[in-house]
Amino acid sequence: MSVNNTEMAVRYKNNFLKELEDQAEMGEWIKMCMQCGVCAGSCPTNFHPGWDHPPQEIFMMVRAGRREEVLTSNSMWMCTSCYNCYVRCPRKLPITHIMHGIANYAHRLGVAPKLQPTRNFGKIFWNNAAKTGRVNEVMLTVDLYFRNAEGKFDLMGGIKKALEMQSVAIGLVKAGRLNPLELFGGHKCKDQKGLQSMLKKARELEETRKALKAA
Amino acid sequence: MSATMAEKKHAAYICSGCELGARLDVATLVKTATKEGKMQLVREHAFLCSAEGVAMIQNDIDNEGVTHAAICACSRRAKTEAFNFSTTAISRGNLREGVIWVRPDTEEARETTQEMAEDYVRMACAEVKAMTVPSGNPNVGGSKTLLVVGGGVSGMTSALEAAKAGYKVVLVEKTGALGGWAAQNYKRVPTREPFKDPEDTGVADMVSRIAADANITVYLNATVTKTAGAPGRFKADITVESGSTVTEDVGAIIQASGFTLYDANKLPHLGYGASPDVVDQAGLEALAKAANGGAIKRPSDGKEVKSVVFVQCAGQRDASGEHLEYCSGYCCNVSVKQAMYFKDANPDVDTVVLYTDLRLPGNGEDFYRSAQNKGVIFSKGVVSTVAASGNGLTVNFKDLILNEDTQAQADLVVLATGSVPTSGPDLDALNAAVVASESKDADIKAEADLQVEKLRAKSVLNLSYRQGPDIPHFKHGFNDSHFICFPYETRRTAIYAAGPVRRPMDMVQAREDATGAAMKAIQAVENAGLGKAAHPRAGDLSFPTARLEGCTQCKRCTVECPFGAIDEDEKRFPLFNESRCRRCGTCMGACPVRVISFENYSVNTVGAQVKAINVPDEFENKPRILILACENDAYPALDMAGMNRHDYSAFVRVIPVRCLGSVNTIWITDALNSGFDGIMLMGCKHGEQYQCHFVKGSELGRYRLSKVGDTLKGMGLEPERVFDTEVAITDIVTLPQRINDYAAQLEAMGPSPMKGF
Repeated sequence: MSVNNTEMAVRYKNNFLKELEDQAEMGEWIKMCMQCGVCAGSCPTNFHPGWDHPPQEIFMMVRAGRREEVLTSNSMWMCTSCYNCYVRCPRKLPITHIMHGIANYAHRLGVAPKLQPTRNFGKIFWNNAAKTGRVNEVMLTVDLYFRNAEGKFDLMGGIKKALEMQSVAIGLVKAGRLNPLELFGGHKCKDQKGLQSMLKKARELEETRKALKAA
Repeated sequence: MSATMAEKKHAAYICSGCELGARLDVATLVKTATKEGKMQLVREHAFLCSAEGVAMIQNDIDNEGVTHAAICACSRRAKTEAFNFSTTAISRGNLREGVIWVRPDTEEARETTQEMAEDYVRMACAEVKAMTVPSGNPNVGGSKTLLVVGGGVSGMTSALEAAKAGYKVVLVEKTGALGGWAAQNYKRVPTREPFKDPEDTGVADMVSRIAADANITVYLNATVTKTAGAPGRFKADITVESGSTVTEDVGAIIQASGFTLYDANKLPHLGYGASPDVVDQAGLEALAKAANGGAIKRPSDGKEVKSVVFVQCAGQRDASGEHLEYCSGYCCNVSVKQAMYFKDANPDVDTVVLYTDLRLPGNGEDFYRSAQNKGVIFSKGVVSTVAASGNGLTVNFKDLILNEDTQAQADLVVLATGSVPTSGPDLDALNAAVVASESKDADIKAEADLQVEKLRAKSVLNLSYRQGPDIPHFKHGFNDSHFICFPYETRRTAIYAAGPVRRPMDMVQAREDATGAAMKAIQAVENAGLGKAAHPRAGDLSFPTARLEGCTQCKRCTVECPFGAIDEDEKRFPLFNESRCRRCGTCMGACPVRVISFENYSVNTVGAQVKAINVPDEFENKPRILILACENDAYPALDMAGMNRHDYSAFVRVIPVRCLGSVNTIWITDALNSGFDGIMLMGCKHGEQYQCHFVKGSELGRYRLSKVGDTLKGMGLEPERVFDTEVAITDIVTLPQRINDYAAQLEAMGPSPMKGF
């Protein structure tokens, strides 16, 4: 269930920090940042050109009320969950979790960057894995490769990418880590019904909790 | 007592314990002491510092009439309790730390090590013969009352702590009430667990304890209009509002004259003066006091404050030179506290602290965290201007994290302006004005007179010292103190600076400071009562005397004394004020005609050692290097080098000196004349980050010794023959290396041409 972006912006007027404290998981920790920059200095992706703002800067922007910029930023999505910042933060902020919390909130508001690769991959991976409880590696690769930058099906691009990666694929097949036959249906976990009802229940619980917060 | 006895008997004791016997030829050392040292009695002992060895010496003193003893064993810094014979002049030959522990135990080193030991025996014998037993300063002071100037937190703490220790205190406060700045606070930064909320200032409690204490006499609306005398016998004139003056006899003084806030009127760009809603930290305390836990209202129209911005470092840490250069250290914690005043009364008030670095000493980090939890926003930013806009204020600042110019709206702005010490006039400026006021030009004179009057009016102590009415300043107008090792010590003996007059500090630090100063003041009055020196030669009974018939009235001693202990008598001869003296010997080093001496430390005691050292001729290839080492840092460092078995050259001979300032150039010329190849001077760091125990001693010594270049030139010697090096007590590893490097340098230069003359 998504929440309405405009509605939230109006409700919290110019207090974006308060909004995240209420709505984003672990958002209540943001105010405790003391701007030392250890997180930024510890981040392995720090020098990646696609990275807009390190965590320290994101937190400062939250305080400065730069709502749109934070929520549409790709920064939270660049996190590799290595937990370096989490471990090093002298104020013991769960930075990795805060980043995920903000990312998730942006996703729920529907303002997160559409084709941000991490987010895109996350979605494909989840849909794939949630189907049978096992990841179908071949279908995952197909879903990932045969799409262009706009997210449209792209046969030629897919073939090109697949050829580029063929030596890796052959290596995986030889090592027994990839079964080409999965193109026609993969393996599953045992209790398919149980899996689906478990996922349904989890979704229900999550939505009730978030609905309570958003109310 | 024995010093006054006509009959002198010199004895030498040579210890063979601690491997001395195995490493050295002790029988030859005994012979050296007898033949060359001309000791009437020489004894060898296998364990001299044992009860038996000490009893042997004591027996000689009691029954054999020994008045002077050269103890050749370990360093003078070791076994001081065992070798403590108060009626006998004692010198120490450092054979252990100074010889066997810094030399390798090898066959080829044996000869030079033995020569080293023999020289130290000769030196100890020569030194003790030039000494007498100090008899103590006859001008003892009788008063054990402490004068505390300033009735703020520091002054009140000093008074209470001293009273608790059983000493009488006279407390002088210039305003009509005790409490100082602290009394004007609504609450204070927390001092105990969990450091989460502001707490009561505690001032009322202190004031009532002072009122109830029979040991403390309080003068309100009073100033110290004259302070004369010396430690143990100061006379302080205390003038009260009505103009009447009381003279109190006091033994020591604690100056706790505090600070004022930096004048916010100098910060018009931050809106101070332009809007009544821009206040300094004291202004906010007044508003909080008026609100008394309720909503704080802004001064302009009494509207409840809904948003407040705190501007840190307002007029502080200013590199332009226009405002305060330094950080006052306490203001960040105060802003955290003041932001909490708002949040505690109403969590919906927007509170923003704009800072460049939050500096939160003590347990301030916990307090800061608590403020963040309460919703105080801390933003890293530099404020450029504060301007009125509509019904409020706009704070323009540069966000340092986001690197952009931005602004914040506020009902009220608080400027953290920092502290300026109430430290009396700058003595250098005062002296310059006094000199100018003697001008013949009427205009210059009139202006200078005005300046003198203005500066004198700022005086806190009004000392009748020739060096000026107050404690000298050190940096940024704060009173001088030995900031590293002995924070409260000033350059005026038995006058201690405590609290924010010494350096910027908060209340917790001020209380510690004030307690420390009270303890030092008590030590000072007790030592003064016994005729003993105060720190750092605490307990020393010697004091300087001058052979006035030789004095040329050059005034070098009176000017150079770092402690203002030397006045001039009516015939313009130096008049020593023994109680103010710290026994550094700077006067002795300064005296060009060498008439100043201490009973146990003089031009002779060191000069005789220099002459006692055997200097081999140029063909023996055994250079000699004299080291004059400060006894406070360099000598212990050398001892510790020995303890850690860091070898150094066998050609050095070390003589400890009280301070580099006490080094008389005659020792240098004598040593060079007798063929020494080089001289190393080891003193403490000087200048702004000085570590000299006598504050200015090493600096004055260095300045004086920098002039020996001419002497060297006159003798046809290279300037490198005298080498000055700064030594800290921690230079245990590097110091032997420096000695060896210098020895190698001298070897490359070749022997001194003065040998053999």
